[in-house]
Amino acid sequence: MAEPMRIRATMAGDVADVKVLMNHPMETGLRKDAKTGQLVPAHFIQEVTATVNGATVLAADLGTGVSKNPYLGFKVKGPKKGDKVVVNWADNKGDKNTAEAIIG
Amino acid sequence: MKRNLTVTGMAAVVLSLAAPLAMGEVSVEEYRAMLADKDANPGFLVIDQGEVLFKTKRGPKNATLEKCDFGLGAGKLKGAYAQMPRYFKDTKRVQDLESRLLTCMTTLQGFDASEIKKKTFADQRYNETNTDIEMLAAYVAYQSNGMKINPPLKHPAEKEALKVGEAYFWNRQGPMDFSCATCHAEDGKRVRLQSLVNVYNKNDVQATMTTWPTYRVSHGVARNMQHRMWDCHWQMRTPDIEFGSPATTALISFLTHQAKGGTYDLPGMKR
Repeated sequence: MAEPMRIRATMAGDVADVKVLMNHPMETGLRKDAKTGQLVPAHFIQEVTATVNGATVLAADLGTGVSKNPYLGFKVKGPKKGDKVVVNWADNKGDKNTAEAIIG
Repeated sequence: MKRNLTVTGMAAVVLSLAAPLAMGEVSVEEYRAMLADKDANPGFLVIDQGEVLFKTKRGPKNATLEKCDFGLGAGKLKGAYAQMPRYFKDTKRVQDLESRLLTCMTTLQGFDASEIKKKTFADQRYNETNTDIEMLAAYVAYQSNGMKINPPLKHPAEKEALKVGEAYFWNRQGPMDFSCATCHAEDGKRVRLQSLVNVYNKNDVQATMTTWPTYRVSHGVARNMQHRMWDCHWQMRTPDIEFGSPATTALISFLTHQAKGGTYDLPGMKR
């Protein structure tokens, strides 16, 4: 089960600054288990989407180059204080997570 | 399809990479600025997990840690870490945050301390997530964020710990005949590119002590002072120093008193 995310969204002028922290091991699939010598299967966030009041503002494909517990920051023009940001991710094992925040 | 919102450009999208890319001076500055951004500090994910754990009934006694006394009274967390290490009457010894957590997990929750001590730190080589005690330490410490380091120095045991800690700091030991002071008693020392704290330089030691517990990017977990003590001993090639032992709490007492007056800026984030 995925651990909670953390989102912070604040307006700076007419641009919303959104910062997202995601809890995820981000296994590359290239690391070997030192005890068994077997490769540890890849396990990483594959897709991230962000919406503001339901409209998609960001869709990103992530890979194994992104470190554990990823941080994603982006800026969006147009929203107002009080608008709702929703961030979703899905990983390569089918696990999903979603979190929302009100722009302050 | 109507789109009234636009991403201002891909340049605005920042992902934390496993390692910084171009290592020019400017990008190092940018990297440091990113490390200083609290909203980008995954240590907060650990603090959140620690809070849940702290308030969850666990262990053979099925109790939470909410009645744990960190020196300011049972359940009083605000500012408690800023006044540790300190002498505790019930255990009759000076304890730092982590050893105190161990006491509460034993007395309140009924856990076996020797079992917990078998696995106190997540092993980054196996990409492990934080251990319970690492999460709890990050959470409790954060309740002193913004406060000044002010450990008590009234009880004879507290005075003794400070003296023993400083003596230990200078004591050369192990196969390489190292002491803590070998690396940490002069300005401008470094291991490769990692600059090392001089604990006799007020600004230096305050910058260090106010930012632990810290999220170690290279480990992918939040670390506490006990881990730093263990890791330094490992680097000196001594046997593993015992978690929460009198030696570690004395050393941490000394370091904390050296940094007295510094303001906690938690959670830290380091390479």
